[in-house]
Amino acid sequence: MSEPASHEHNPGRRIGGTLLSVDNISLAFGGVKALTDISFDVREHEIRAIIGPNGAGKSSMLNCINGVYTPQQGRIRFDGQEFQRMDPHKAASMGIARTFQNIALFKGMSVLDNIMTGRMLKMRTNLFLQALYVGPNRREELEHRRHVEHIIDFLQIESVRKTPVGRLPYGVQKRVELGRALAAEPRLLLLDEPMAGMNIEEKQDMCRFVLDVNDEFGTTIVLIEHDMGVVMDISDRVVVLDYGKKIGDGTPGEVRANKAVIDAYLGVAH
Amino acid sequence: MLYREAGQFRTSYEADQQIFPIRQDRIAFALLMAVAVVGVPLFASDYWLTAILIPFLVFALASLGLNILTGYAGQLSLGTAAFMAVGAFAAYNFQLRVPGIPILVSFLLGGASAALVGVAFGLPSLRIKGFYLAVATLAAQFFVPWLLVKVGWFSNYSASGVITAQKIEILGFVFDSPVRRYLLVLAIVALLALAAKNLVRSRIGRAWMAVRDMDVAAEVIGIRIMRTKLIAFAVSSFYCGVAGALYAFAYLGSVEPDAFNLDLSFRILFMVIIGGVGSILGSFLGAAFITLLPILLEVLLHGGAGLLGLNLSPGTPSMMQLVVFGGLIIFFLIVEPHGLARLWQIAKEKLRLWPFPY
Amino acid sequence: MQFFLEVLIGGLLAGVMYSLVALGFVLIYKASGVFNFAQGAMVFFAALTFVGLQEKFGLPFGVTLALSLAAMVVLGVLTERIVLRPLVNQPQITLFMATIGLTFFIEGLAQLIWGTEVRRLDLGIQDEPIEALMERFNILVSRFDVAAALVAGVLVAVLAVFFNKTRIGRALRAVADDHQAAMAVGIPLKQIWAIVWSVAGFVALVAGLLWGARNGVQFALTFVALKALPVLILGGFESILGAIVGGLIIGASEKLAEVYLGPMIGGGIEGWFAYIMALLFLLVRPEGLFGEKHIDRV
Ligand SMILES: Nc1ncnc2c1ncn2[C@@H]1O[C@H](COP(=O)(O)OP(=O)(O)OP(=O)(O)O)[C@@H](O)[C@H]1O
Ligand SMILES: [Mg+2]
Repeated sequence: MSEPASHEHNPGRRIGGTLLSVDNISLAFGGVKALTDISFDVREHEIRAIIGPNGAGKSSMLNCINGVYTPQQGRIRFDGQEFQRMDPHKAASMGIARTFQNIALFKGMSVLDNIMTGRMLKMRTNLFLQALYVGPNRREELEHRRHVEHIIDFLQIESVRKTPVGRLPYGVQKRVELGRALAAEPRLLLLDEPMAGMNIEEKQDMCRFVLDVNDEFGTTIVLIEHDMGVVMDISDRVVVLDYGKKIGDGTPGEVRANKAVIDAYLGVAH
Repeated sequence: MLYREAGQFRTSYEADQQIFPIRQDRIAFALLMAVAVVGVPLFASDYWLTAILIPFLVFALASLGLNILTGYAGQLSLGTAAFMAVGAFAAYNFQLRVPGIPILVSFLLGGASAALVGVAFGLPSLRIKGFYLAVATLAAQFFVPWLLVKVGWFSNYSASGVITAQKIEILGFVFDSPVRRYLLVLAIVALLALAAKNLVRSRIGRAWMAVRDMDVAAEVIGIRIMRTKLIAFAVSSFYCGVAGALYAFAYLGSVEPDAFNLDLSFRILFMVIIGGVGSILGSFLGAAFITLLPILLEVLLHGGAGLLGLNLSPGTPSMMQLVVFGGLIIFFLIVEPHGLARLWQIAKEKLRLWPFPY
Repeated sequence: MQFFLEVLIGGLLAGVMYSLVALGFVLIYKASGVFNFAQGAMVFFAALTFVGLQEKFGLPFGVTLALSLAAMVVLGVLTERIVLRPLVNQPQITLFMATIGLTFFIEGLAQLIWGTEVRRLDLGIQDEPIEALMERFNILVSRFDVAAALVAGVLVAVLAVFFNKTRIGRALRAVADDHQAAMAVGIPLKQIWAIVWSVAGFVALVAGLLWGARNGVQFALTFVALKALPVLILGGFESILGAIVGGLIIGASEKLAEVYLGPMIGGGIEGWFAYIMALLFLLVRPEGLFGEKHIDRV
């Protein structure tokens, strides 16, 4: 991967203070220790990558951050508030959105409707008005439709907006899922292997989208990715997990030079 | 070349968000409504009205209710008839016990009562999925009719719980003939169908489908799963309740709790499956199909037996019906899980290309 | 106290029969992930086929039994071929609805073939109190119920041996644990499923004969068989032990409720009691007595 522009080209971009920090998170399923005493932080506007071999606990980490899993120990601090346990609804309403490793779109719904669901928390009209589809409800639907159409344009999926997502090719589905997350106008975007299973071209597109989102909207991004080229190119800092433990944390350069990381991960997997 | 959308550019999202964005569809629908409102009353016989059209509309309404719950929100229910029973008996009691209450208000309150009962039986669904829920709704199916029989108050202490619906009178106008009752049912069903269509294309509809398709993702987006499911139960049961009230007041006239049995619940489930899971139009198509099929079957069987000089035993037609229903369900689930509604859509797409195949 | 014991024992023994039906559900669910709503219809079909054959041909018991079993195997295999195979990988709710269609189909078919009247089924065991127990403890316990419980016990034991000791049984368990992995190590899934459906057919036949002999072979059997559903909610869908314990609990509490609670609230409560109990149970322990809690992977 060499194509996507790295951040050096965008001098205007400012990394801010700490937006999210996870402190001493431990999570186990029965006897399986998915995460052991993990701590790291994410600064406002940065792109933070999480890497590690299969089963290292990367997805579990994201699931703890937005409350899908409940860690047995540790705390999560987001935007100045501290949580023993996050719940997904709370996370969403505080501006955390995400995509999933195995696409988790609403298969029976059209692209448009899928992305519209991302605006769910911003819609207000009551059930009665929705049944009548008049006045405030119609206006609200239109207003959000307009926003969603911008996202559809941005992701270049105009031609399939009315297609049920179940019928779309894999790469496009990944885009739609990103669109759904973007529709919430998140402050923190969690991406679980957004480029897995894509060809070079699709990966380049996806990289561009991720960078554009980060640049244009200032969205903070936490990203899990196996493709080292991509990680080195687009991330500001990298956390490395292995067997549920953190074995490295730093800029791409630092991580690449880290002995433990090379042994545990780079040396083995690539 | 009749059915073309070419040249009809939808220039605004507003136009695109209409129920029928294509002009031909709008015209066809208007024609259909004209036939239903003017043509049918002029030409349909009393038999057609009372034995086919009124039950068709009532069942369509119940299917709509079940479709909201099962087709849109993904919660399978085998207790539809129980919620209809609640609607029927509640409407009866409101008429009986509240002096001067307008009949339409009674119907609405019947629906509201059913909604309450639906929510009560839906509560366990908050923690369970799929067929667990089916069992929970069976509890409603067996409990509610029993309660209505056992507690005499519900039927004003009539024998075996039979109620005889009061006459339908709105602002002094009495709906006593089949045509009048048909028109009343048509109006109510049309309005509620419109409301259902609006709901499913609004926020709540998307929330239902999201919960149906992928509940974890729905939760992560910020949808409150429990509340969304409960609203589905409430709205669905409301529709079933109103359907039940109409079943008693406009279709049968007098009805006993045991008429709202498991068989009726299954029948409505079949309408949803054959008509189209997750489709408003499908609820109507399915209701029409399942209402007409037994009649058709009867004619065919007797015709066939007559031709062959066979002697049908009395149970045969109803057993044939079981076999055909069961077979059709399996057939549709395998071949076209989106039912008649999807077939209709495919036919329209073909028509759009006609007479040029591409 | 004696009366209470009588009711309790009667209930437990009746519960054995629920367990038997529930067992068929669990077998199929474990092996293929299908919740087979038609298990009750299969029970009905089996019983009706047995009496039908008996009436028509008057063959010896063993031959009739073998023929009925053959019919159940054919039914099971055809179901797997025609209904379930094309629906593989469909959502569970779709499969479930398909088995509802199957229920209607089987019920209609059985009665088209054998007619709709109520049949008596005589297995040669009298439904009368066991004298020894009556004299010694003054408790009425039906000989038939005890025999039925014994048969059920033997059946469960046979199944346990089948699952734990035979090659096919081990393959079945592998399939139940993980379909993908089982396929990867070369277990022929489709054959396995056909076998499971046949075994479920066999269980249905045993249940059908016992129920039929007790209550007559009639359509109402399907409602009795439906009670296996609350049993499953109690026991968990994946546990054979759960099916048995659940059946006993439902059987006993239903009888006790009917006797002690029934008169207070107007009787006839056995139609719904099991369901309401299951419903309340769901609120407390949705995964069942023996089920495990899963956290969905994402
Ligand atoms: N819901 C769950 N139930 C049981 N175990 C789980 C669950 N989710 C994850 N695990 C286990 O936790 C460990 C970490 O899994 P996780 O999915 O977080 O890894 P990962 O780093 O994302 O791997 P991959 O690169 O394959 O996606 C694994 O051993 C996995 O089996
Ligand atoms: Mg992962």
